[in-house]
Amino acid sequence: MAAMLLLTVSFTNAQEKEKMSHEHGDMKMDHSTMKMNKVNNPKAEAVLADYFMLKDALVGDDSKKAAQAGTKLMASLKAFEITSYNKEDQKELADIIEDATEQAEHISESPIAHQREHFKQLSIDITDMVAITGTKNTLYEQFCSMADNGEGAYWLSLSKEIQNPYLGKAMPTCGEVKSIINIP
Amino acid sequence: MKIVKIIVLVLLVVFVGIQFVPTVHNQSERTPKADFMLVNDVPKDVKNKLQISCYDCHSNNTQYPWYSKIQPGAWFMENHIKNGKEELNFNEWDTYSNRRKKSKLKSIINQIKDDEMPLSSYTLIHRDAKLSENEKKEMIQFMKQLRDSL
Repeated sequence: MAAMLLLTVSFTNAQEKEKMSHEHGDMKMDHSTMKMNKVNNPKAEAVLADYFMLKDALVGDDSKKAAQAGTKLMASLKAFEITSYNKEDQKELADIIEDATEQAEHISESPIAHQREHFKQLSIDITDMVAITGTKNTLYEQFCSMADNGEGAYWLSLSKEIQNPYLGKAMPTCGEVKSIINIP
Repeated sequence: MKIVKIIVLVLLVVFVGIQFVPTVHNQSERTPKADFMLVNDVPKDVKNKLQISCYDCHSNNTQYPWYSKIQPGAWFMENHIKNGKEELNFNEWDTYSNRRKKSKLKSIINQIKDDEMPLSSYTLIHRDAKLSENEKKEMIQFMKQLRDSL
């Protein structure tokens, strides 16, 4: 009897897993329609590296480190060259860089609550940048409905596991994966 | 006693001296076509309040108060206006990309909600620039509506 029960449990587990991988399969379809080519643009990767450094600092409630990452990000955004893209993408990228630089500047000089406010817009900018530039890594777009006083906010992460940059240690695991860029 | 006299005299000389330091005046006759109020359909109440509470530092045209004519008040004012316009210039609204408009509106909403703007050092003297709870609500609602329409 116990063995049977165990068998059923493992069976439903397997079903669940199958369902999950199915969902991921759907996501893959979604993303193949977006331009997610794995182009390796070192300047874009540098921007992403600084963004993730900032995100990790916010996850750890470390305002000082976040400010440093903000300063680094301003530099990597400035170094970004858009000339290799087509006209339309160039305009979009210029807008993105201008806005992201402003967010990074605020983050470099503000207390943590304010840093998190600007991180929300920055995350939108960086996500839009990746949609144009592509990236060599797998990225997870995550969302927490409790962030930004209940308005909800997105962020990008290199890992599937949720580590919330908006709520930090107060609520580290609030959130879910909304989409995957470059499915492994 | 003598030393006090000297100090007072020195301060007086410095005070008179700094009056001769020139400051840039932020004044302009015409409103640019890109102005926030010209390109958006802003309700009268919100318009009025924006003009009084925001435009002194966030546009090319400041209504100068008396103390801003005397140093060191003029320096403070000059600095506030410079920083204010760098962050957001309502006169240049339509030159911003949609992305920036949205992020500016988000910042405006947050600043008003958190009572960070208008600056308390500014409303201390400009009593009429202070936003009441009702005015805050009205302003935030309009800015949200505008953001969603972009």
